[in-house]
Amino acid sequence: MANSAHGIGGLVFDDKKKARAPEWNVFFALILIVVVFEVLGMILQGQSLLFDTDGRFDSIFNEQRVKIIILQVSIIGIIALGSTQVIILGGIDLSPGSIVGLTAMISMSFAQVAEVNGMVNPKLMFDGVADLPVIVPVLIGLVVGIAAGIVNGALIAYTKIPPFIATLGMMVAARGAAKWWSKGQPISFPTEGYATIGSGMMPVVIFFSLAVLFHLILKYTVYGKHTYAIGSNEQASRMSGIKVDRHKVLVYTIAASLAALAAIVLSSKNLTAQAGMGVMYELDAIAMTVIGGVSLSGGRGSIIGTVLGSLIFGVIISGFTFLRLDAYYQEMVKGVIIVGAVVLDQWRQQRAAARL
Amino acid sequence: MSDIILETRGLTKHYGGVHALEGADFAIRKGEHVAIMGDNGAGKSTFVRQITAVEQRTRGDVIFDGKPVHFAGPIEAREAGIETVFQNLALADDLDVPSNMFLGREKVRFKLGPFSILDNKAMREATMGGLVKTGVKIPNILNPIRNMSGGQRQCVAIARTAAFHSKLTIMDEPTAALGVQETAQVEKIIRTLKEQGEPLILISHNMRQVFDLMDRIVVFRRGRICANLNVKDTDPQDVVAYITGAKTGAEFEDV
Ligand SMILES: Nc1ncnc2c1ncn2[C@@H]1O[C@H](COP(=O)(O)OP(=O)(O)OP(=O)(O)O)[C@@H](O)[C@H]1O
Ligand SMILES: [Mg+2]
Repeated sequence: MANSAHGIGGLVFDDKKKARAPEWNVFFALILIVVVFEVLGMILQGQSLLFDTDGRFDSIFNEQRVKIIILQVSIIGIIALGSTQVIILGGIDLSPGSIVGLTAMISMSFAQVAEVNGMVNPKLMFDGVADLPVIVPVLIGLVVGIAAGIVNGALIAYTKIPPFIATLGMMVAARGAAKWWSKGQPISFPTEGYATIGSGMMPVVIFFSLAVLFHLILKYTVYGKHTYAIGSNEQASRMSGIKVDRHKVLVYTIAASLAALAAIVLSSKNLTAQAGMGVMYELDAIAMTVIGGVSLSGGRGSIIGTVLGSLIFGVIISGFTFLRLDAYYQEMVKGVIIVGAVVLDQWRQQRAAARL
Repeated sequence: MSDIILETRGLTKHYGGVHALEGADFAIRKGEHVAIMGDNGAGKSTFVRQITAVEQRTRGDVIFDGKPVHFAGPIEAREAGIETVFQNLALADDLDVPSNMFLGREKVRFKLGPFSILDNKAMREATMGGLVKTGVKIPNILNPIRNMSGGQRQCVAIARTAAFHSKLTIMDEPTAALGVQETAQVEKIIRTLKEQGEPLILISHNMRQVFDLMDRIVVFRRGRICANLNVKDTDPQDVVAYITGAKTGAEFEDV
């Protein structure tokens, strides 16, 4: 009875024929979509989408456009890192977009300068609250996210209402709170420190750093193991002694905190906060997640998949602009992508079930 | 009597109008192996779920290790020393074998609350060791168990209980999906438990198995206990008579 490295009981297991990780399929999809846009670009515009065809840059890529694509998906990508965890858990979160709006407003009111061009800041939210160190608005923003996440998680874990309903409530309520905060007025003129957070390529750096962090957490910690376990079989997880309710609160809190971080980066990048910020971001984040191969029925998916999904999303949106197609088409295509990714997921599951 | 490890008095469970379990008086001594038999729907699994606090009982007492207990959930029952193989196995399909073996009690390399770092290597090795005892064949324990056969899944669940020391082991139809060889291996595990003096409650429909391995047979019928028989003093026909209702034990006649 010879045992192979990971096998038991004498069955032969060929390590070389291991199933391909599903992330590879997402990666191939990314390549395929790039190729499609390159071909369309050559035919319709006579130029390449991603590559430097007229020698304007030192590298083979059209650096400017590649940067724009990645920058464009970074902020929603930060939210998608949270959506990934919520969906692997077997839940759904519709509130991040509104949490972005609310957090941006509140953070920005503690990040304002006292004087603009030698005059008192005309947009000052609170008299005397100005020129605070950058850590203050960041921490306040995170606290807003944590609070919203705890409410989401507690509603879902302890009142047993479906995540869809609980986070829909938060979506509406947080948007209302964002408008109420300054009676609908935008809040502007942040300190230099605050403005640095989202300047230049900072959003990309923050997105990728957080992606690496949460990739490691999901793969190598008990938190990650339990997130997958609950999404796979909640009843079994409970019977195995996992504190399911507490874990749910933790996951929704992390997701909302990531939305708050996205809000800080976004308001810093735009140098202003408005109550309408982040509308529909949750849907884009869910789309990136689902495109990245995270199963809506829970238990399956990864951060790597979501990062690749966000790049696919970015290429498609930029590709449409590049082809000079109307913004209307973009939104319609977004809808098609989301539904298509879910159909693909259903199909994969049925195929997996048929193999049993 | 201090040598009784588990006792239930008047244990009762109603699901709305369904009286799934009614006034069960049951006891098992340390080192004893007791079989629970009965037709489908007789209330055997319900009985197990009340003891292990997967559900909260309607009425009655559970006395474990000399003390009345009110476990809040299966984790408390397990921490108190009751290991259970549930009939529905309680496995997470998307996870691999080691993750399932250690579900809810993962080995960690570095303690950091919920963010403790997993010790995957140690869990993998312990899993291999535990599985060898069941004699199951699994080509790659790092595959998700979704793709594994019913028997393989069952062996994972059994190895999970056997891998941890306990004061009482409960197995709900552990060999129902197993092949001849695997059944023999599981029966070997049960014999080992007997030799080590670890008490066991085995739910089984397999008459041969029960007569080969067990000390005592308790028969359930329509949510009630209807017989309590020493294996030495009875025979399969007799047990069938109790299961089908042709006979009822003298001390249970009033019910
Ligand atoms: N959650 C529930 N709600 C309502 N009725 C239930 C519930 N769980 C079990 N029952 C009923 O209780 C009765 C006893 O079920 P139980 O699972 O204990 O049977 P069993 O003896 O284990 O049978 P089997 O040999 O088929 O496993 C059945 O009639 C069942 O339909
Ligand atoms: Mg049963």
